[in-house]
Amino acid sequence: MADIETHEYDVLVIGAGGAGLRAAVEASALGARTGLVCKSLLGKAHTVMAEGGIAAAMGNVYSEDNWQVHFRDTMRGGKMLNNWRMAQIHAQEAPDRVKELEEWGALFDRTADGRILQRDFGGHRYARLAHVGDRTGLEMIRTLQQHAVHRGIEVHQECTVNRLLKDGDRISGALGYWRESGRMVLFRAKAVVIATGGLGKVFAITSNSWEGTGDGHSLAMQAGADMIDMEFVQFHPTGMVWPPSVRGILVTEGVRGDGGTLKNTSGERFMFNYIPPMFASETADTEAEADRWYDDKVNARRTPDLLPRDEVARAINSEVKAGRGTPHGGVFLDIASRRSEEYIKRRLPSMYHQFMQLAGVDITKEPMEVGPTAHYAMGGVRVDAETAASTVPGLYAAGEVAGGMHGSNRLGGNSLSDLVVFGRRAGENAAKYALGLSGQPSVDQGAIAERSASILKPFEGGRENPYTLHKELQDCMQENVGIIRTDSEMRQALVKIAELRERLTQVQVEGHIQYNTGWHLALDMEHMLRVAEAITMAAIERKESRGGHTRDDFPNASGDFGKVNVVVRERGTAVSVVQEPLPEMPDELKKLFEE
Amino acid sequence: MPKAHLKVWRGDDSGDYVEYDVEYEEGMVVLDVVHRLQATQAGDLAVRWNCKAGKCGSCSAEINGKPKLQCMTRMGTFVDGETITIAPLKTFPIIRDLVTDVSWNYRVAETMPELKLSGPDASGHRRMQQIDIDREQEFRKCIECYICQDVCHVIRDHPENQGNFAGPRFFVQLANVAMHPLDQNPKSATVAHGFGLDYCNITKCCTEVCPEGIHITDNAIIPLKERRVDEYYDPIRAIGRKLFGKK
Amino acid sequence: MAQATDIQRRYGKTQRVDRWWIEPALFGGGLLAFVIYSTVSALILGNSWHFEAGPYLSPFFEPLIKPGWVPEWISPAVFILWAPLGFRTTCYYYRRTYYRSFFMSPPGCAVTEPAKSYSGESKFPFVLQNAHRLFLYVALVFIPILWYGALKAFWLDGEGLGVGVGSLILTVNAFLLMMYTLSCHSLRHLIGGGLDCFSCSSYTRTRRKAWDILSLANEHHKGWAWASLISVGLADLYVHLVANGVLTDLNTWSNF
Repeated sequence: MADIETHEYDVLVIGAGGAGLRAAVEASALGARTGLVCKSLLGKAHTVMAEGGIAAAMGNVYSEDNWQVHFRDTMRGGKMLNNWRMAQIHAQEAPDRVKELEEWGALFDRTADGRILQRDFGGHRYARLAHVGDRTGLEMIRTLQQHAVHRGIEVHQECTVNRLLKDGDRISGALGYWRESGRMVLFRAKAVVIATGGLGKVFAITSNSWEGTGDGHSLAMQAGADMIDMEFVQFHPTGMVWPPSVRGILVTEGVRGDGGTLKNTSGERFMFNYIPPMFASETADTEAEADRWYDDKVNARRTPDLLPRDEVARAINSEVKAGRGTPHGGVFLDIASRRSEEYIKRRLPSMYHQFMQLAGVDITKEPMEVGPTAHYAMGGVRVDAETAASTVPGLYAAGEVAGGMHGSNRLGGNSLSDLVVFGRRAGENAAKYALGLSGQPSVDQGAIAERSASILKPFEGGRENPYTLHKELQDCMQENVGIIRTDSEMRQALVKIAELRERLTQVQVEGHIQYNTGWHLALDMEHMLRVAEAITMAAIERKESRGGHTRDDFPNASGDFGKVNVVVRERGTAVSVVQEPLPEMPDELKKLFEE
Repeated sequence: MPKAHLKVWRGDDSGDYVEYDVEYEEGMVVLDVVHRLQATQAGDLAVRWNCKAGKCGSCSAEINGKPKLQCMTRMGTFVDGETITIAPLKTFPIIRDLVTDVSWNYRVAETMPELKLSGPDASGHRRMQQIDIDREQEFRKCIECYICQDVCHVIRDHPENQGNFAGPRFFVQLANVAMHPLDQNPKSATVAHGFGLDYCNITKCCTEVCPEGIHITDNAIIPLKERRVDEYYDPIRAIGRKLFGKK
Repeated sequence: MAQATDIQRRYGKTQRVDRWWIEPALFGGGLLAFVIYSTVSALILGNSWHFEAGPYLSPFFEPLIKPGWVPEWISPAVFILWAPLGFRTTCYYYRRTYYRSFFMSPPGCAVTEPAKSYSGESKFPFVLQNAHRLFLYVALVFIPILWYGALKAFWLDGEGLGVGVGSLILTVNAFLLMMYTLSCHSLRHLIGGGLDCFSCSSYTRTRRKAWDILSLANEHHKGWAWASLISVGLADLYVHLVANGVLTDLNTWSNF
């Protein structure tokens, strides 16, 4: 195996979205030799799609805001299933991370006195999202990218990691391939940070790009890391529904934050019929009060259009099922009749652009058609709140691939802040861990040789088309493990997943190994199947409805399940699912919820 | 279902166009048709894409000779039965099919000056007014699709200039640094020779093709050229500097 | 690695299927027509073709400079025309147009250009384009001069105030030439674009407001450029035709 291209690092970061870039910057700042690997070109990661903003209790618009309020909102949004310590750290550190982005070049929209402007978003009590129009993610990734480039971090673009390597119990590196040449590459590393983002591509209707195949979830699980909360998948309430080719593409919550409202085909603002008891005391119950709230947060209660995403997604689902949806199977999102053309174009320029160009709809004149789309995985690698360390020594995780921070449902705006808060912590602690090790851990050359050979098997002949297998998986998951779930359907899904796994051994790709997207998909399928199975098994285990997990057969939240995480583990070929108690919140934080 | 007649570049620089007929539905964009081609007739067709919504700038290609994003080019813009030619960006070396080696751009990015902002005020905030940054925010809309770099004749027709010309995308980035209200870099960091600003003959193709509608020439390149004139070519300013000291 | 351009690199080679050549042909042709007309009218014919009619003076000759030591065969326009010629030649809009139409550099976007090597505006003579600022200062001086010429056209010696078609043409012409100058990129930079902080004082806030207005005008710099070019040509032609008795000016004066 002397001929395999090899790179040696203290810290290897997999994924160059917000979390990966922030982790790499931090690790490098602490003096660790840092490498960064990404599947796409640098700067194209899914973070770029984030629109609305980054949540941080800076109190620039409402001075009443502080980390305690943000913490409380986050926990309540997650239906109290969050790792309380992560939620606390997140709320406390987010403002500093935002100011740091500004120092590195991010240009957020401003308040009249020159501070960072903050906007309203679902589930957040006060206007809290620092933003740049509706392209905050682009601003963030470009800022981090330019900062990282000047720190001398080695970036390996269009390189896909296919296996994590271990030396005994601890991490020793990663094995991947160059998408361009198809050749294998070995990264020897003392510590690995996984920051690979999400897994939306296991569903048919998703806001995620081709990259969201759950690689990081799968790699960590395969390496023996505990996974938690895998059953919780966030269906963003507002994805585009028409034309078919753009189905699932995100429509920012900022539309509702800036005054847009959901309506069914009879023109009714139906969200008033779906206010859950938990949020009744702080949600407006008349249209007049809801409209007043945009300008007067103190005396009016917030509009139900901005309830947490799980509530809104379920409500839209119910309206469509009751026959009050649009012909394309969505509902209307109307800002045209509520705000001036000039305001819409200034606040939501890329939404205007997106609808005009892709759907031929002028959102300043007509309502949008929207429906739920698989958007975000709350679950992921179980990490230590302070250090972002997984249960595998040397393996760290940050961003969407890490679990616990968002509980059963994530609030909008909390993901961008999650990326930089825990990206930084993961980079810092991975670097400290790596710099504390004396030698480079060893890698198993035999396993590398074996994988380097088996990875080429799809070229050898078979009869299955990878695109067909992928489509069948997506349809199966959408149908059976989607927004509304039942035991019997999910068991069917497990059978289908097993069948697809069998058929994947017969997958056939044409052409040669250079930039062969069919081959890449065939390799990603292994990850997607593992992740789909983990989601389904965890969802079967959780016999209640909560946040991003709704069971038709168990429609209510259960007190017992409110005290546990569902943990999925892989050992050899066996995957087990167990319930483990949530960490106990200290009393002084519990007081925040007694109102 | 209507059928599109596609001519797609296959292979590397010694490749050729291959013709395909692909069915499509109303509302589809070119990238959808390419994906359908990939899933049905050409499983190994290489194409870059990510967001499919004009936000990431991955799927740049030359469609009927014009550099564009495949995800933002609707099939409805073609006449029925028209042959649609899809070629890789011609300014950059072809890796395979529609994928080109754009690494030159990343090397140029490393040479860009870094922003150096003055510190926060006593309250811990860096105060900036919206009127000072709105022009900057236009520059930061750039999605790095490199379509402007592709169309720019300075490097498209004269690759030898790649060593001393940064290209429109990076003039936009330089303008971002130059006009930042809190940046402490010396003026010469952005307008001095070295980035090839004077190779640009402002023929504006970059502005014409920018999918984000950034006024690259009028708002970034010409203002940078004008800042350069301030320093080197304006006689009245030079006299002013002599008489009243450096402004 | 070789590039697809290698097989493409022939002059005019493109895969564009639209009629991209119409624009450079049209604008190039327009520019050429103006250059030929103005050369003939103002420089070659000069004093031999009357350019003054009553209160009207062709804008090519405004202000009229005719010292006695200058021989008759030299047109007085030579003392004037260097200024607009320099201003327009170095203008960012005209540069775009003539680089495309006359230098084929490039003939169109994504259309291969013929030149083997290229150094843009980095070398002589094109480095002289940086003199645009200088010509702007001169052009600013011409704004009141042209308005003076236009206002003068409402006053006929001996009869006093009045109005004719010629006075209206010269007024419109002065306005368009003024707008062309005010929409100049270089002026937009001077008035406010060169500032990094607009909010820093009331002076810079005012300059920001001016910059906003000039930016609006600047967006249509191309439009002002063509409108003023056509109007100055027509104004010159009109005055010549009246002065040489081909046309009779409609006006309020009894004895023109």
